[in-house]
Amino acid sequence: MSDTALIETIGVKKAYGDFVALDGVSLAVAAGETVAIVGPNGAGKTTLVNVLTGLLKPTEGVVRFKGEDIAGIGPVLLAQRGMARAFQLVHIFPALTVAETIAVAVVSHERQSLRVVASLGKNRALWQRVRDVAAIFGLDGKLDSTARLLSQGEKKLLDIASAFALVPEVILLDEPTSGVSSGDKHAIMRTLVDAAQRAGVKAILLVEHDMDLVAEYSTRIVALQGGKVLADRAPDAFFADPEIVAAIVGKRVGRLAAGHTAGRAP
Amino acid sequence: MKDAPGRVLLVGVAIVVVALAAFPKVASPYYTTLVLPAFGYAIALLGFNLLFGFTGLLSFGHALFVAIGAYSAAVLTGKLGVKSFEAIVLVAGIVAVIAALPVALLAVRYVRIFFGILTLAFGMLFHSFLFKFYNLTGGDTGMRVLRPTLFGTDFKELDKTTFLIGPYYYECLALLVVLAFAMWRIVHSPFGLHLAAIRENPRKAEYLGVRVHRFRLLAFLISAFYGAVGGAILGVNIGQADPELAYWTHSGELVFMTVLGGFASFFGPLLGAFTFIFLKSELMGATEYWRFFLGVTLAVIVIAFPRGLMGLASDAWTKAVRR
Repeated sequence: MSDTALIETIGVKKAYGDFVALDGVSLAVAAGETVAIVGPNGAGKTTLVNVLTGLLKPTEGVVRFKGEDIAGIGPVLLAQRGMARAFQLVHIFPALTVAETIAVAVVSHERQSLRVVASLGKNRALWQRVRDVAAIFGLDGKLDSTARLLSQGEKKLLDIASAFALVPEVILLDEPTSGVSSGDKHAIMRTLVDAAQRAGVKAILLVEHDMDLVAEYSTRIVALQGGKVLADRAPDAFFADPEIVAAIVGKRVGRLAAGHTAGRAP
Repeated sequence: MKDAPGRVLLVGVAIVVVALAAFPKVASPYYTTLVLPAFGYAIALLGFNLLFGFTGLLSFGHALFVAIGAYSAAVLTGKLGVKSFEAIVLVAGIVAVIAALPVALLAVRYVRIFFGILTLAFGMLFHSFLFKFYNLTGGDTGMRVLRPTLFGTDFKELDKTTFLIGPYYYECLALLVVLAFAMWRIVHSPFGLHLAAIRENPRKAEYLGVRVHRFRLLAFLISAFYGAVGGAILGVNIGQADPELAYWTHSGELVFMTVLGGFASFFGPLLGAFTFIFLKSELMGATEYWRFFLGVTLAVIVIAFPRGLMGLASDAWTKAVRR
């Protein structure tokens, strides 16, 4: 697995004093995959995500990205190496415009941030790139709008668009549709998946509560419980096992599993 | 941080520069001598506001760097025999950058009140150093700053005031124009955009590859440079480097001027510096309770016009243009 894995963890343990948040998690994500990380609250999803993005250093174990150790390297280096992250809660730059927000990432990606007296306004190539990214997310009509004044859904898209502007190989989406009305969820996911394909993203890591979205968009599901990997399998195999589904999603199991199987039935 | 369209801006700046250049010809020497400290403060505030308005870090100890500028001028002219004003300005700036480095390395890890208190503490530390090390710094009497040469000319035939409101005035004005232009470039560069991202949301900025600590550090060092250049101008103007320059109330005045003018605008602090100097001088002449009236002014500005005088001006401009 380690030959083709983009992201790989081996026996990752993360303890806070006596409390063990992650207990021997091993997983691998290869190019072409969309891996969903699911599990009840407190299962260790957030800790795992923080370890995978180099924010937390595991107590034990190895975490690699493209074969290199990334334990605790922090977000800036991670972004440079090609992994981007969008947050569960919308993170924007309230007073910056849509164009400026995306430009922050383009400047990073093009390593121009130390150009202390260069004119940003006259950098045509940079603004063209900003317009291209905005267009993918349908934000090209709002380039000069202040981020603070956007609708919730637009803020979400802007947050993710700025992450895409880093031209990442892997993108980690932490509940990308939280706080969005259920009608918009699929539209946003659709946009994201299309954008990922157009931007050349090789793999997507998805943390998501909504099992409909997980079923529809993931190619593999990693279920966590109590800091351990409970299951790591393809969606069909995942939803075919009522015990595991019950452990992860509780009572909604019947409807979801049935719906999923029905949807895929010949 | 919206700025007016380019052409209007350029014409506006040109008018102000011409007016400032003509000022000594039309105004009395007394008022002209008031403009000199305003030049010094305007330069110091350009740096201060890179940190405050653009990067989101409020320093309560920035007078430290202004004092370093004045004391550098004193040591260079008085002890080392360096008279060239251009060399003084450059060396003062470099000394301030070196002094700022350890402060910045520590302070940029903190934000908001913690950053403010840390910078305040370093300012106080430097003030006690100036005050207690009598042999080095002259203690409470300070150090004399001798008259510098301007581009190698000593202007010996001019008396002190004629020198200050004549050639010195114009060199300081030129310095302000050059340094303001450089700062304009800085805040409108890719680097400046990353500073704004840090101000708006440091966590998000990090995930977009912005080196938050490193850039705060750079902004701090640049602002220290500007602070010391302003301080050197003040030192030469007063003819004295005084420990009060490093006192925390002086840092407070820098904050006051910036808020008065409007920290959200590039030119706000410059307007604040000039307004403050003239307001203070007029109030001091009119009443012994001038501190009270300055306090009231600040309170009114913060409550009623949080965007400062520049905010007021730009609102008025927008209205006028629409009409």
